[in-house]
Amino acid sequence: MFFEPGQMATQARTRWHGQVHAERHDDRTSRIECPPHVVPEVCSWLFYELGLSFGGLIVEQAGQWTLRYLFYGEREQGWVHMIARLPAEQTKLPSISALIHAADWHEREAEDLFGLVFEGHPRLGDFVLHNDVWQENLNPMRRAFDGRKPVAHREPDANWRPRQIVHEEGSFVMPIGPIYSSATGPVHFLLETVGEDVIRAQPRLFYTYRGLEKIAEGRSVEDVLLIAERISGTSAFAHSFAFCQAVERIAGIEPPPRALALRVFIAELERLRHHVAAIEGICESTGLAVAAAQAAIMEEELLRISAVLTGHRYFFGLNAVGGLAADLDDSAVRRATEQVSELGARLSELEEMLSISSSFLDRLEEVGDVSATDALEFGLVGPVARASGVARDLRTAQPYSGYDRLTFEVPRESEGDGYARLRLFFREAAQSIRIIEATGAALPSGPFRAPAAAAPSGAALGWVEAPRGAALHWISLGDNNVVERYRIVTPSFANWHGFRLAAERFAFQDFPIILATFALSVHENDR
Amino acid sequence: MSQWVVKGLRTGVKTTNYPRLPDTAPGLSCGLPATTDLRGEHAQALVARCPTGALSVGRRGIEVDQRRCIHCLRCRRGVNQQLAWEARYEWARVTDKSNRHDNRFGAAFRRSAHILVVDAGDCGACLNEVKQLNNPYYNMHRLGFFLTPTPRHADVMLVVGAVTEHMRLALRKAYDAMPTPKRVVAAGACALFGGVFGPSFTCGGGVAQAVPVDVEVPGNPPPPLAILHGLLVAAGQRQPASSCG
Repeated sequence: MFFEPGQMATQARTRWHGQVHAERHDDRTSRIECPPHVVPEVCSWLFYELGLSFGGLIVEQAGQWTLRYLFYGEREQGWVHMIARLPAEQTKLPSISALIHAADWHEREAEDLFGLVFEGHPRLGDFVLHNDVWQENLNPMRRAFDGRKPVAHREPDANWRPRQIVHEEGSFVMPIGPIYSSATGPVHFLLETVGEDVIRAQPRLFYTYRGLEKIAEGRSVEDVLLIAERISGTSAFAHSFAFCQAVERIAGIEPPPRALALRVFIAELERLRHHVAAIEGICESTGLAVAAAQAAIMEEELLRISAVLTGHRYFFGLNAVGGLAADLDDSAVRRATEQVSELGARLSELEEMLSISSSFLDRLEEVGDVSATDALEFGLVGPVARASGVARDLRTAQPYSGYDRLTFEVPRESEGDGYARLRLFFREAAQSIRIIEATGAALPSGPFRAPAAAAPSGAALGWVEAPRGAALHWISLGDNNVVERYRIVTPSFANWHGFRLAAERFAFQDFPIILATFALSVHENDR
Repeated sequence: MSQWVVKGLRTGVKTTNYPRLPDTAPGLSCGLPATTDLRGEHAQALVARCPTGALSVGRRGIEVDQRRCIHCLRCRRGVNQQLAWEARYEWARVTDKSNRHDNRFGAAFRRSAHILVVDAGDCGACLNEVKQLNNPYYNMHRLGFFLTPTPRHADVMLVVGAVTEHMRLALRKAYDAMPTPKRVVAAGACALFGGVFGPSFTCGGGVAQAVPVDVEVPGNPPPPLAILHGLLVAAGQRQPASSCG
C-alpha cells in the first residue's frame, strides 16, 4: 500500500474509527493522535502494512507527557508523527518493542532517562545510566532535574557483575573494555562463549554519555549549535546540518541557493572521509597494512583539504542557521574538487587491488552477515542496512537541501556480509565524489546566508542522511530563542542495536573485523 | 600478494619532517587565536561572542586563554574586525603540578615511550586526531612512540574528553595500574576544562579533576602535530610552548 500524507490520514481515521485523530500536517507530514493502548496497533500498521521505517521515539514533558513515534517512508509517503499523550502523573504505557524491534532501545532509553515504564518490554533498566554508578530513579531528562549541577553518585560497587545470558555448562563471559585496543572509543563488550564462538555479544555502551539532550535545554540556539557539532566529531557537519534545518523550519527561513549547494558539497566531503576511514578500519582489522596505510593517507589528505577549504579539519564553526557562517572561496572549492577527483582514482585502484587479495577476502566473505529481514526489523540504517539490501536513504526518500535536483545512485548490496559492507563503502564513496564534482562545478553565486530572523516558539524536525545513516533532530523552541527540548536520534544508536546480529555465532578472531565493517561510533550513539 | 609490496614502495615517503624541521603543509592545523592589539567597541564585541570565555580585554588588547578555545571560529567569522589567528601547532604546555624545573622531566622516556590512549568521553574528533598519529604522514613509531592497549605497559597516558561519570573509575584504575615513572597528557579543550560538555550532571570539568595532568594540549580537536608535540614534551624531547597566548 502506498499512501501520500492525506490518504494515510483518511485511512487511519477509517480503520480506527473514533479512536484516532489523523490529519495531513503539511505536504510531507501526517499526524496521527491516539490513546496509548492503540499505539502498538497503529505502529505495527505503519511499519508492516505501509512499509514505513521507524525513525525514533521523542518524549516531551510539558505538563503532560507527549510521546512522538516517528516514521518515514518513500518520497510520496513522507513522514508520520504518531502521537500519544499521557497525564503527568501516569508513567505506564504499552511497549511496542515486541512488535517493532527497532523501538527496543528507544524505549529502554526513555525508561532510563524519563522514568516511563513500557509494559511488556522484556528488558528495562541499566542502559544509558549504569546501575553501578548512578542512584536509582534519577530520571535526569525530567524537567525538574537540574542538569547543570553534579549529582550524588553511588560508591562504585566492586562486586557488580554483568548479567550473563548463556547458562550452559562451561560457558563464560569474556569482558573487553571499556579501555581496550589502541585508540578506540570506550565500550564494554560482554562476549559470552562456550569456547571458540561468540554466542552472545552484548555491548555495554554510554561510557561517553555527555547528557547532550539535557545540557541543551534552556540554552540559546547559538549555544546548542556548538553541542550539535560535537555529538560526533567525525560526522559533525551532518549533525549541525540537521540541527540548522530544524531551526530553519521553525523560523521559516529558506537558506539561499549557494548555501544549499555548499552544504551538500561539505556533507558529501564528510561522507567521503568517513567511508575512507571505514575502509581503513576494515583493512587494519584484517592486518593488511599497506592497504590500511593507503586509506589512511587518503583520510589525512581529506582532513587537510577540509581545513584549507573551511578553516577546520572537522568543519566546526561552519554551519549557521540560515546557511553558512562564512562563504567559501570559488577557487578553493574548485581546487578541492580537483583534489577529490584525483583521490577518487586512487580509491578505485585500492578497491580493485583489494578485490583480488584472496586472503583478505577470506576474512570478510560470509562473515558477520545480517539478513534483509533482520536489518528491517532491527531498523538498521545507512551503509550497513544498504549492504543487507535495505536501501532507504533520506537523501532520496525525503530529499533536503536540493538533493532531489542531483543525479546520483543509492548503491545496494544483497549479501549483508562484511565484504558487502566494504563494497558498499567504496560504491557510496564514488557516488559522493560524483556529487562533489557536480556541485563544485555548478556552484550558484549570491549570498551564503539568509538574513537573520528571530525564530518564533515552535517545534520541528530536521533530518539528514549522515555518513552512518539517518540522523533526526527534533527541536522545541520556547520564547527568546531558548531550546526547550532537543532530541537527537543518531544512526549509530540504531546500528549498535543491531550489531550483535552480525557478531554472534562467529569465532572470536572475526569479532574485530565484524566490528570494523559496521563503522560504528560510540560518541554518536552515547551523545 | 606482491602487488601490495610494489604499491607500498611506489607510494614513497609521506612522513613529515617534524620535529627535525617545521612542517608547513596547508591544512595541518586550523590554528588558535592569538593575543591581538584591539581595543574599544570591536574588542568588546569579540569578547562577547566567545562562548567559553577564552577572550578578555587586558593590557595588551584582547588576550587569549588558548586552553579555553573550542575552535568555534566566532571571533573570525561574521564580525567586522577579526581576531588574528596563528597557524602553528606547538601548543603543549607543562602544568604547574609537574615540576618544570626538574630537568629529568621525561628523561626516562627519551628513547621510547609506550602510550595508553584513554577516551574519557569526547566527541570522537580528538580521538580521530590521535588515531592519525599512526598514519604514514605522522608515523609516530619513528620517534619511539608506541600505542599499547594495557596500562601495565604504559609510560604515558594520553587522555581525551571531559571525563564522564561512567569513565571516571576506569580512568582512575588505568592510571593506578601504570608503573612509575608515568606522565599524563591531556589533549583537547574538553580534557582541559570540560569544553562545551562540562561540568554538568554527567561530565566533569577536565582530566585534572580525576588524575594528575603533566602536559596540556589545547585545541578542539588539537591537530595531530599538536598532540605529537605534547608527547614529545612529556618525553623530554621538545620544549613546551611559552606560557603567554
